[in-house]
Amino acid sequence: MLNYIIRRILYAIPILVGVNLITFTLFFVVNTPDDMARMHLGIKHVTDEAIVKWKQEHGYDKPLLYNTEAEGVAKLTSTIFYEKSVAMFVFDFGHADDGRDIAYEIKSRILPSLAIALPVFLLGLLTYITFALIMVFFRMTYIDFWSVVLCVALMSISSLFYIIGGQFLVSKLWHLVPISGYGSGLDAGRFLLLPVIIGVVSSAGANVRWYRTIFLEEMNKEYVRTARAKGLPESIVLFRHVLKNALIPIFTGAVVVVPLLFLGSLITESFFGIPGLGSYTIEAINSQDFAVVRAMVFLGSLLYIVGLILTDISYTLVDPRIKLE
Amino acid sequence: MNPLIVLILFLTACSGTIWNNPYPSGDSGKNILYNAFAERPKHLDPVQSYSSNEILFTAQIYQPPLQYHYLKRPFTFIPQTVNKMPVVQYFDEQGNLLPTDNESADIAYSVYELSLKQGIFYQPHPAFARGDQGEFLYHDLTREDLQRVFKLADFSQMSTRELLAEDYIYQIKRLAHPRLHSPIFGLMADYIVGLREYAETLRKEAGATPKDSHLDLRNFPLTGVEKVDDYTYRIKIKGKYPQFMYWLAMPFFSPIPWEADRFYAQAGLAKKNITLDWYPIGTGPYMLTENDPNRIMILERNPNFHVELFPSEGMPDDEEKGLLEDAGKPLPFIDKVIFSREKENIPRWNKFLQGYYDASGIGSDSFDQAVQFTGQGEATVTEAMMAQGIRLETAVAPSTYYIGFNMLDPVVGGRTEQEKKSARKLRQAISIAVDYEEYVSIFANGRGIPAQGPIPPGITGYREGKEGINSIVYKWQDGKAQRRTIEEAKRLLAEAGYPNGIDSKTGTPLVLYYDVTARSADDKSILDWMRKQFRKINIQLIVRSTDYNRFQDKIRKGNAQIFEWGWNADYPDPENFLFLLYGPQGKAGNNSGNNAANYDSAEYNRLFEQMEKMEDSPKREQIIARMVEILRQDAPWLWGYHPKDYALYHAWYKNVKTNKLSYNNMKYLRIDPVLREQKRREWNEPVIWPIGAAVTVLALSLVPGIIVYRRRQRTVGLRGAIA
Repeated sequence: MLNYIIRRILYAIPILVGVNLITFTLFFVVNTPDDMARMHLGIKHVTDEAIVKWKQEHGYDKPLLYNTEAEGVAKLTSTIFYEKSVAMFVFDFGHADDGRDIAYEIKSRILPSLAIALPVFLLGLLTYITFALIMVFFRMTYIDFWSVVLCVALMSISSLFYIIGGQFLVSKLWHLVPISGYGSGLDAGRFLLLPVIIGVVSSAGANVRWYRTIFLEEMNKEYVRTARAKGLPESIVLFRHVLKNALIPIFTGAVVVVPLLFLGSLITESFFGIPGLGSYTIEAINSQDFAVVRAMVFLGSLLYIVGLILTDISYTLVDPRIKLE
Repeated sequence: MNPLIVLILFLTACSGTIWNNPYPSGDSGKNILYNAFAERPKHLDPVQSYSSNEILFTAQIYQPPLQYHYLKRPFTFIPQTVNKMPVVQYFDEQGNLLPTDNESADIAYSVYELSLKQGIFYQPHPAFARGDQGEFLYHDLTREDLQRVFKLADFSQMSTRELLAEDYIYQIKRLAHPRLHSPIFGLMADYIVGLREYAETLRKEAGATPKDSHLDLRNFPLTGVEKVDDYTYRIKIKGKYPQFMYWLAMPFFSPIPWEADRFYAQAGLAKKNITLDWYPIGTGPYMLTENDPNRIMILERNPNFHVELFPSEGMPDDEEKGLLEDAGKPLPFIDKVIFSREKENIPRWNKFLQGYYDASGIGSDSFDQAVQFTGQGEATVTEAMMAQGIRLETAVAPSTYYIGFNMLDPVVGGRTEQEKKSARKLRQAISIAVDYEEYVSIFANGRGIPAQGPIPPGITGYREGKEGINSIVYKWQDGKAQRRTIEEAKRLLAEAGYPNGIDSKTGTPLVLYYDVTARSADDKSILDWMRKQFRKINIQLIVRSTDYNRFQDKIRKGNAQIFEWGWNADYPDPENFLFLLYGPQGKAGNNSGNNAANYDSAEYNRLFEQMEKMEDSPKREQIIARMVEILRQDAPWLWGYHPKDYALYHAWYKNVKTNKLSYNNMKYLRIDPVLREQKRREWNEPVIWPIGAAVTVLALSLVPGIIVYRRRQRTVGLRGAIA
């Protein structure tokens, strides 16, 4: 398995270089270094001299991908792409264009993002699987029917509605929790309660239906018939046998998103005033801050690759037939 | 466990009776002002900071030599850290002193002498901390020292020192620092003697030293700035530039002690975001004690703040409004100001209504809930707001939103004299057709004043009433300005060579192009409205929407035809608006130009050059009036409107006199924390029954499951088959 993991990590390097190159190209097709300088220097009183100085200071005064004036390897290395990309592979993200340290920013914002995303993920997984199993338990009854109707209804409502509605009812009308904000330590709990509940409820419809489908597919397998023929109660069949065998598709969907939880959620964090990473990339794109955009895209790709490797590893834990070689 | 049960358990454990209080319960009843901010400030270093969301903080911390009087209007300068208003002397090329009323043409240099008050001290800061031998404790930090430091407060020793003239000089030198990007360097280099050459000297020096090393500006003299003694300094300006006084009231000209520059330049601190951009150091009433711009920023009273008293005179109605109740009392009144980041309007608005923010702006979605108009068209708060004791304050911003015509364009600008003449009539016709009264009413909820020219209310040159109207677009009728009719616009259009919107030379319909930055779906109605305005006189308007970069590019290259733009004043002088149409400021081919319309009138330019060097006087006002008249006739802009800011304040919020130019107002504000606490408790009593109801509903929802389960358990398998 170790060899497999090492091989996957090595495969990741060209993927990351490719992602970086695409991000770089797309970014600079839309924004030139001059545009970036103007964005950061503001509209008023900007001189050509100030633009040149800004580009020099931020390392944007070189050619983008190929330096015709340089000699030998420097034709490739004395370029914006090379100079801005290489350091990232040793996790040196450098500074944002406004001078702030990007690694510091990511570190300080990652915990609040996780404080919401992790409980929503774990609580959600538990709730969705439990409800899906209950629906399967009551399949072919009016409980199953109305539960599916409820799921479709939940799926049809925008997540923004849950947030605004939740804030209106729970915080504004009933005064039970703060509308928005964030506290440190245990104090964070009262701020997270509502967004976590809303996070779980807003995704319930789609997820419960998805898990129900997975379980129903398992229910038609022969081992289930055998278990029933042996006289096992339906609850044992479901929770012990079906659940265990349905873990592979569940893991496929769930484990891959675990690393992405670090990147936070844009809308939830915005509405609840959670100082997480959710809006960091969008803000950087709007302010044409390439340093942050490349760092966040790099981090996102890396986490996704890690997620895929973890998914593969998780298969071996739930299915002894799978061996990673 | 059911989330609602968790909620009950958690909330029961909470102390106090207000459950939705977003602040620590220990802060209840304290003398704290609560504010919200949406956009995080980028720069808090006064050499770089320029946006209003940054000045909101820097103006409370830094003290430039001058400030505006809090209550007097029009805006009046008063000393802030200087003991009297600067003495200005004028000299000719030979260095001879000229009388102050001398004609500007003879003046080669102006010298501003500023004398500081003694006994002003900086906020406590580690940069000043010294050991027993007088050595600086934190100017030579080692790698080990830095391991224990994560924020400025981690330095155990703090100290202060007196404000000196050299601190102001140091900051002026920083405008030219090669590693900083001061937005006003280009402008100031044109005026402050030797500043451009100084930047070159520093650039060479910086190039010869390692990238992050400290550049001690004390070692490099600047010819245009001179220290007279510890408390006096002089600034030498090229020619006469009366507007320089306004700059002396902005944070760009605040003092920076060399110790702070030396301290922050140490290797390793920037990696921890311990920089002057993050932790400002000043002599002002407040100091920034917490800076987490993603969540919260806290200003606390500077314990070393010098004596400054609330003004004891103001405008005639200030006493009646209770604005002189605190006259003569020492500032500031509030101990702490907490700014919480709220990116979304809805939570911010609801928290204001719950009493958790002391003041609020009004978004378009909550406008009808907050504001109503009386029969006389006066804005007032709704009954619901009134019941909460909320009051409305309005102020016209020194800004203008306009639509410009590119005068280099052959159709709307013209090339030959004949073309120019007909293009002027075309612009005049469009000026009448685009109904800004309607625009303000529909898209700004009435929060704006249709402009009569480039100068907004409150600035010299703006005139009220009949004499202030733009006679091209309006006529004075029934005691008010009435927009001219569409027939008059059509007549002008015909005279321009486009009868009924058809080009009389080619017989083709007149098509114009409107360049805007990429719009969201929400703005579609504005663009549709604009098309409709042009259609009134049978002109077809094509909207060319591009991203911000391409839009800027078009303006710089002079490729736009009609475009939207805006301007916020730097200072309350008409020069700051009129220069936007000064010919040599033309933006096409000139990056630093501000005249996006590329308007160029010989007479206007001549008058501008005369006016900009004059002090306020009746003669200057006459020149301004003539300049405005030239502009109205030429109509290079649709004058658009001046936005009006509406803000709501709770009953416990005192001493508010709104203005959009001076930002160092926090020291004058006062709150009644007892009343606030009482109202918060009254407005936020928790409603518990929904928790019980939710638990009951959940419990009841289990019943069908139990019934079906029991029925299933009792059912005999394959009964039908056996039968």
